[in-house]
Amino acid sequence: MSAALDVRGLTTRFDTRKGPVTAVNDVSFSVQPGRIMGLVGESGSGKSVTGFSILGLIDAPGQITEGQVLVDGTDLRSLSPDALRRMRGKHVAMVFQDPMMTLNPVLRVGDQMAMAVRVHDRVSKSAAWDRARQALETVGIPAPAERLRAYPHQLSGGMRQRVAIATALLHRPSVIIADEPTTALDVSIQGQILAEVRRLADETDTAIVWVTHDLAVVSSLADDICVMYAGRIVESGSAEAVLSAPKHPYTRGLIDSVPARHAPGQPLPQIPGATPQLINLPQGCAFRPRCPRATDLCAMQPPQAGEAHFALCHHPLTGSQT
Amino acid sequence: MSLLTVSGVSKRFENAPGPITRLADRLTGQDSRRTVHALSDVSLSVAQGEVLGLVGESGCGKSTLGRLVSGIYAPSDGDIRLHGQPVATEHRGSVTKTTTRVQMIHQDPFASLDPRMRVGETIAEGPRQHGLWSASEAAQNTRDLLEQVGLEGAYADRLPHQFSGGQRQRIAIARALAMQPDLLVLDEAVASLDVSIQAQVLNLFMDLRKRLGLTAIFISHDLGVVRHVCDRVAIMYLGRVVEMGSAETLYANPQHPYTRALLASVPTLGTGRAAFHPIKGEIPSPLNPPSGCAFHPRCPHAGPRCHAEVRMLSDIGTQQSACHLHHGGTSEEAA
Amino acid sequence: MMPDVSIDHDTLSPDGATSTTASGAPVQTRAARLRAFWSDFCRAPVAVVSLIVIILLAVVSFGAPWVSPQDPYDMASLDWMDAFLKPGSVGAGGYTHWLGTDNVGRDMLSAIFYGLRTSFVIGLSAGVLALALGICVGLSAAYFGGRLESLLMRIIDLQLSMPAILLALVLVAMMGQGVGQIILALVVAQYAYFARTTHGAATVERGKDYIEAARSTPLPARRVVFRHLLPNVLPPLIVVATVQVASAIALEATLSFLGVGLPLTEPSLGSLISNGFKYIHTDRTWLSIYPGVFLMITVVAINLVGDQVRHVLDPRNQR
Repeated sequence: MSAALDVRGLTTRFDTRKGPVTAVNDVSFSVQPGRIMGLVGESGSGKSVTGFSILGLIDAPGQITEGQVLVDGTDLRSLSPDALRRMRGKHVAMVFQDPMMTLNPVLRVGDQMAMAVRVHDRVSKSAAWDRARQALETVGIPAPAERLRAYPHQLSGGMRQRVAIATALLHRPSVIIADEPTTALDVSIQGQILAEVRRLADETDTAIVWVTHDLAVVSSLADDICVMYAGRIVESGSAEAVLSAPKHPYTRGLIDSVPARHAPGQPLPQIPGATPQLINLPQGCAFRPRCPRATDLCAMQPPQAGEAHFALCHHPLTGSQT
Repeated sequence: MSLLTVSGVSKRFENAPGPITRLADRLTGQDSRRTVHALSDVSLSVAQGEVLGLVGESGCGKSTLGRLVSGIYAPSDGDIRLHGQPVATEHRGSVTKTTTRVQMIHQDPFASLDPRMRVGETIAEGPRQHGLWSASEAAQNTRDLLEQVGLEGAYADRLPHQFSGGQRQRIAIARALAMQPDLLVLDEAVASLDVSIQAQVLNLFMDLRKRLGLTAIFISHDLGVVRHVCDRVAIMYLGRVVEMGSAETLYANPQHPYTRALLASVPTLGTGRAAFHPIKGEIPSPLNPPSGCAFHPRCPHAGPRCHAEVRMLSDIGTQQSACHLHHGGTSEEAA
Repeated sequence: MMPDVSIDHDTLSPDGATSTTASGAPVQTRAARLRAFWSDFCRAPVAVVSLIVIILLAVVSFGAPWVSPQDPYDMASLDWMDAFLKPGSVGAGGYTHWLGTDNVGRDMLSAIFYGLRTSFVIGLSAGVLALALGICVGLSAAYFGGRLESLLMRIIDLQLSMPAILLALVLVAMMGQGVGQIILALVVAQYAYFARTTHGAATVERGKDYIEAARSTPLPARRVVFRHLLPNVLPPLIVVATVQVASAIALEATLSFLGVGLPLTEPSLGSLISNGFKYIHTDRTWLSIYPGVFLMITVVAINLVGDQVRHVLDPRNQR
């Protein structure tokens, strides 16, 4: 089966006053149809910029300098702006952290969803409303016909996010990029949405890239995981393998610093130091100054990416050390 | 002996329509006054040296309670006393905080530090103002405090924007400690930090607690974090405490259906896919709360009594829970 | 559907922490920030040229007694024979009148330099005083809120609904002519803009956590307002101030042109234009045009500099 989304060597650079900053550095991964890929990282790791770069939503002073983004085998980067616009929404869609990024506050939900249908498909207005209602049903919204007549501000935060997800689903795109879609929501509402998304991925062929900082969310949702640090993917593999037997010391540190894994009141294992500034990355491996396993080799050259479950590390952890 | 007692506290927020709105109301026969019942009849206490966790989702009133305890708001009903003295007085709508012994740490360290004031001055201005520090000892005390929270003393001359989120939260902690508080209120103090930085700040908090014998109210939506640092936990829903007990027993043996549902809906690391069971339905608005028990529209056990009657917090074993289920059942006859 | 009301401050933003700084970030001194500000400012050549023009105008106007060929206030130095000399002609004094002379033989270039000085003095003092008054009104309204806020802001609204020139005209007509009276009239006409801007900025800042933190320490209101609120609302006000100085200069010129401002014995740009306007239908157009050109250059240059300062200070434009 060919990948729904295949990202190869994607590099995005921002030209700032202090010099160029490579926010996304040689990022490669692929997602099969019907699978969920968790793109995990802390702030400044480049995970959100990766999401935006895939859709070509990078504005000056940023630019995508290298790489390919293949959706169903078509390289989005080789398309004209017009052709790219036709792809967006139809073949690849985005869900933002703040649903009001996609929802127009002065239009009824149904009107804007119907408009989103008719941008790509020539159907009647009533048929478009019908499609919108079906989409709301698929994401588990009760009384969808009533919701369609509501304005976005009349919906709760969780409901708006479901509408945004339903809108992304309208054209059954091959790929959905979701950027921290449940971060601003309450735990119980997040749970509802995660359950719906999991079901959608199982029932349709849509490949989903779920960008998040939350390992727990990824562990209950994703099939595969990519961990990002300082603009690079430092570890990737199946969710189970990465979370139960991490190979990269950074992933290990992230998992270890989650309080739920330790007896109450005990000091938490912590990664020393702070996330490096992208403008001023350490030589060699960017994680070296915070890494307990670092040697001279790590200072001299950046590690190379490897096979199925790889860690971008000269000294990967092996099973016995976990 | 409790350090802090909160007894029967309610807090209502009312919008005060201007004269033009009032006139329009009179002409159209509408009423644009709205009352939000942020807190209803909350009673709890915090003992010396204890850390109490307040957990709940948005609209549950946990931040409002934190601000009431910090003397930023005054209660509409009931009272809040530290060492037997009220923490704030209200006169003609303006609140005056009457103690320096409660200090608050805010969620977002990017907003809680004055961007144009050097951190040394930010830390020292409170104790200088209240005569806790003399001018001569202020500089040294500031350096000591910065070192105590794991920063360099020389950072006192810097501005907030030169620090990362975790470092800023350490500065906010130093500012609070400078006032030599008896009680700290931490309002989502680690929620905006990255996981790895969150662990550092939590370690600092636990370390300071051990060294200084801190008493604190720890407000958070994160059940895992609360379990890790709190002795006792109060679960809140729509302005009321629905369950309270020691962290150990509450997590091991939750009594209230909301607590159970909340614990079940949190995704946890390592439990695998689809291992969580979300609560159905939406969080009701505090503008228009459901009748009776506020959780009844989402509760799997709800009966007729739950629609009609609010159950007060009452003992069940070593815990306290506010559910009809444990007190005669949910059917009407039971009442 | 229930409206989504959030009364808690429970918004979560784990990614809100930007990675602008980290440990070991170099200490950015005030001088370094000024240098950064300057290099940003210089990105717009128009603004740099404008700044140079303003400095040149300031130098010639405040140094008028030394740089101008003639003292236009000194009646003894005027010669009736020199009246209405065309620009470039040589008068009885033996020097060239580059911009000609007026009906009493006054050298226009000198008159413009002195007039510019009057305009600058009036514009700057009116701007600074209006800024101070506006800050006081705006800050008290924003911090104390309630009835005081409604009252003050309704007065401001009322005042902003009238043209400033109308208000200034009435005031000057009531108080009489003179530099002090003009400044007072301009302050009253203009403080409302500052009050509105201060109020807007302070209302935003008032809701931020650092103000709540200061109040919950607790710090006295006086300290919260002057040490925390004021420094944080000042930057947008500086921008408004530059624009308001330009508009004060233009307002003063308008008043003088309408004949209620300064007398010709104390020439400002406005009174010079007004004086020359009597001859606009003859071929002696230089009497009005040159002071007008100077007025225009001054106002446009100050506005361009103000625009660029606003652009640089706007956090959205910072990289």
